[in-house]
Amino acid sequence: MRRGLLWAFCALVGAWLVAPALIVVPLSFTSKASLKFPPDGYSTRWYENFFGDPAWMSALWTSIQVGLLVTVVATVLGTAAALGLTRARLRGLALVQGSMLAPMIVPGVVLAVGVYAVFLKLQLVGSLAGFVMAHTVLALPFVIIPVSASLRGFDRRLESAAASLGAGRWTAFRTVTLPLVAPGVAAGALFAFVTSFDEVVVSLFIQSPYLQTLPVKMYASVTRETDPTIAAAATMIIVMTTSLVLIATFFVARRSRARQ
Amino acid sequence: MASALQAVTLPAGTRTTAPERRPALLILPALVVLAVFFLYPLVSMVISAFTDPSPGLGNFTWFFGEAQNLRVLGRTFTTALWVTVIALALSYPYAYAMTVAGPRARAVLTLLVLVPFWTSLMVRTFAWVILLQDTGVVNDLLGAAGLGPFSLIRTQTGVVIGMVQLLMPFMVLPLYAVMSGIDRRLLSAAGSLGARPVKAFATVYVPLSLPGVSAGCLTVFISALGFYVTPALLGSPTDALLSQQIFTQVNGLLKWGRGGAMGVVLLGLTLAMIALLAVTLRRGGRRVTG
Repeated sequence: MRRGLLWAFCALVGAWLVAPALIVVPLSFTSKASLKFPPDGYSTRWYENFFGDPAWMSALWTSIQVGLLVTVVATVLGTAAALGLTRARLRGLALVQGSMLAPMIVPGVVLAVGVYAVFLKLQLVGSLAGFVMAHTVLALPFVIIPVSASLRGFDRRLESAAASLGAGRWTAFRTVTLPLVAPGVAAGALFAFVTSFDEVVVSLFIQSPYLQTLPVKMYASVTRETDPTIAAAATMIIVMTTSLVLIATFFVARRSRARQ
Repeated sequence: MASALQAVTLPAGTRTTAPERRPALLILPALVVLAVFFLYPLVSMVISAFTDPSPGLGNFTWFFGEAQNLRVLGRTFTTALWVTVIALALSYPYAYAMTVAGPRARAVLTLLVLVPFWTSLMVRTFAWVILLQDTGVVNDLLGAAGLGPFSLIRTQTGVVIGMVQLLMPFMVLPLYAVMSGIDRRLLSAAGSLGARPVKAFATVYVPLSLPGVSAGCLTVFISALGFYVTPALLGSPTDALLSQQIFTQVNGLLKWGRGGAMGVVLLGLTLAMIALLAVTLRRGGRRVTG
């Protein structure tokens, strides 16, 4: 009896947890020009709208461009930093490690205000470089964490063995270390993309009328528009991030299985 | 060659050379980027709080002098507190169910709680705008049950509903981590000594789960304090929270110093809570290991 109550409670909470993700997709296929759920009929016209509207398309393109650049920059910087953090023996390393993860903790608005002020000075507001750098800072912890975890499970004697066979530092890294920690690096890269693709608050501050990301365009539309094109945009984001997170989870799962 | 062989036979993780400093150079590029695009912005925000438009504590005396600002601060605190309390009330039984479930049911429960983790913040907030509107599904359901209609959107209730949904993983996961380590035979032992199930649960199980409770509560509270998008879209402008006021001051009114001062207050609160979290976790860890 008490068990039954517990499961009923969990079912309710579970439904409430997934409800938002579940209504957006059918809503985007509605035939009516209103955001009423459940929809009365189905059509793909809002996707035609989305892909036919230069404003939505340029926002989508900006988001993809920024996301890909952030992935490259954050993955390279984060992997190097993770290598340094797990190998260097210096005093104060824990402090350095902590400060690397600090962007996860500082409230978005606080960082956004500071970044906005600095970007005004450096003339980076509304620039691609500005978006990439601001998002890179936020994505770094999400690269450093999985890569560090892979490196901790990595047997460094393999590198020594490569060195004893005549490999230089770089060759040993490229042919031995990198392939073995690749799942962690891949997971970090995907998380970096998703972090950038999802970011709103800092982007709201550093956008310009000429350059805004998809979530920023959505934010602006939610308050103003009532047509379901925004639901189509939201579905695009869900599909994109969900598939990437699933891929990243797959890499992480494979890594932990490989370690056993 | 001999030294290389020696290195090979050493156990992993043993120091092979004198203090390794060269790997530290690998940290530098990331540190430079963090210094320029994270630390420098934060420091300049703090400086503007004390210098803009004129040096001194003017922005802080303004902040703490105006009743309006104190109301905002209070509202931010109570909203975060409500979110924390409700998230705990929903998460405690949920995490408990995860520990008693079979492997398959546990996988489903875990998946459900992780969905909010990766559904975009913007998308989820948009979905709540639709769900909570006056003629939305929630009101339809309540109407079918003979209740309502309630105005949920543009109210603090709507904000809390959205924020709890978003932050629940941060409550469930630490709770589950601690609960899965509790030996349930302790409950049977209490029962065999004459305690009724409810009493055994309250006096044995709940205290053992407290480290998870405090870690989850503080994480949720800290995140809720700094929320921007969800309260901005689900709440009403007259019930704005601290983060929205910061946005208004800087972006709308161009009062950099005032926005900066509010940012310093929010940052200070967040850091104080994190310090508290660190202390509780260390104490919790000691209790578990010692």
